[in-house]
Amino acid sequence: MISGTPPGHAPAIELRGASKVFRTPSGASHTAVRDLDLTVEQGEFVAVVGPTGCGKSTTLTLVSGLEEPTEGEVLIGGKPVTGIRPEVGFVFQQDAVFPWRTVLSNVMAGPRFRGVPKAEARERAREWLGRVGLAAFADRYPHQLSGGQRKRVALAQTFVGDPEILLMDEPFSALDVQTRALMSDELLELWGGSRPGGRAASVIFVTHDLEEAIALADKVVVMTAGPATVKEVFPVRLPRPRKVEAVRLEAEFVEIYREIWSSLGEEVRITRERGASRVG
Amino acid sequence: MSAESVDAVDAVDAVDAVESVRLSSPLPTGRTAARAKAVRRRRLVVYAARVLVLVVVLGAWELMARNDVIDPFNFSMPSKIWDQIVQWTLHGTAQGSLGEQIWYTLYEALFGWVIGVTAGVVLGIALGRVRFLAEVFGPYIKVLNALPRIVLAPIFLIWFGLGPASKVASAVVLVFFPVFFNAFQGAREVDRNLVANARILGASNRRVTLQVVIPSATSWIFTSLHVSFGFALIGAIVGEYIGATKGIGLLVSVSQNSFNTAGVYAAMVILAVVALLAEGLLTFAEKRLFRWKPGGSGAGE
Repeated sequence: MISGTPPGHAPAIELRGASKVFRTPSGASHTAVRDLDLTVEQGEFVAVVGPTGCGKSTTLTLVSGLEEPTEGEVLIGGKPVTGIRPEVGFVFQQDAVFPWRTVLSNVMAGPRFRGVPKAEARERAREWLGRVGLAAFADRYPHQLSGGQRKRVALAQTFVGDPEILLMDEPFSALDVQTRALMSDELLELWGGSRPGGRAASVIFVTHDLEEAIALADKVVVMTAGPATVKEVFPVRLPRPRKVEAVRLEAEFVEIYREIWSSLGEEVRITRERGASRVG
Repeated sequence: MSAESVDAVDAVDAVDAVESVRLSSPLPTGRTAARAKAVRRRRLVVYAARVLVLVVVLGAWELMARNDVIDPFNFSMPSKIWDQIVQWTLHGTAQGSLGEQIWYTLYEALFGWVIGVTAGVVLGIALGRVRFLAEVFGPYIKVLNALPRIVLAPIFLIWFGLGPASKVASAVVLVFFPVFFNAFQGAREVDRNLVANARILGASNRRVTLQVVIPSATSWIFTSLHVSFGFALIGAIVGEYIGATKGIGLLVSVSQNSFNTAGVYAAMVILAVVALLAEGLLTFAEKRLFRWKPGGSGAGE
């Protein structure tokens, strides 16, 4: 339905030497991402961790097609990204559900934008609302929901489009700790069963929470202090299906955590020292 | 004290809407009832005080005019103003029935308001969305806005004659600018996340404008609608005052020319009532349109 030719052995997402330079209003240039190489295989869940403000989010906007790289290439299924693609889903850090639409109408938005008939869009939206546990809230407005419920609406809004590529920009960072763990589990469940035929979406999940990254991902990518580039990649070989709260206590988890932190901690220190010198 | 108790009531209402259990357990019913009673009593006191202020002001005016502390010819008095309103209502004015005068003014104001609002919203959104247009037209709009536009009313009278058209035109120029600036600002300040989300979900540029920019600009636009209906009335009245065959503005002008002070005041009172009614209608429409917005106390989250 989405792509006519099977993508073969091409990785789901590939960034080759991608750089992004922004112009600040004062005319200076700011390099957010520099010479970034990153590969995400089909159905792989990749978590990207790095110090705050290092340019992790920019990586996602490049893959999504919202921004174009200044240099280098971004490929999805072997083809260069030239604009926004229907097979890409994006869950934002901040609330991005439409406050003037009801919950149901929010979930219907994507299919409606892409020309799905109203009745079918409504049916699919209801199905996804059921899966995220908000069937009873279809007629509410977002302001009547809690932060966790709004995030669920955002997830349903994204998953209803049946994305092959799932980009998540610190989606749970605004939630409290318990809700966050709950949502992580739900995300893994939705991700596992999201695509027909059992083929899961390929995910880039940006976070600054290393525990969350390890608990969710197949592969953790550590970014350098800004401008962001890949520092090291760590495979996470914890068995699936995982439960976030349980996996956290396993010896292997702690081992991986220690290993990645020794790499990430250094970048965090650099960022902090820079911040201090800028203030001083 | 009262704000706190209103919050408590909202919190109780909100419990079933919110998934996470709130820490504030429902209040004991006795205290809730006492608080509700206190709120009601306070509201009553406020109303009573309002009426008292009105009675004192009007009473003092009447007394001073009757006892010649102020000149009743120049300042008139409430009872005479009331008589004038009753006389106009029952026997009509020199220009025809009172209803007809009100209708004329309302018609001109409404017509001008609709044109001004439409032009303001369309241009405001367009300039807010398309940077090139904003850069080209920006300076001209600033210059026009700096002009005291009410001085255009005599020119419109020359251009469009004594009929309603010249009043509509004055109303339009008064209404356009506040609406335009608010729509422009509203289109500029749209949450960038919402736009990004809509685009990711597959919305075209047109859809983004219609389904994201315009809905988020409506609260900005509505703020200006309240003010601008007042401006539309001013435009119509000033236009009528300068030269017209019908309307409340003409009533003011005719009363003034015949040294009928009570008539001037009576026309003002009628105008105020009309403006308040229009304002009420607008508030009602706004409430219907903004059901998606959290209430004033922010009970939703």
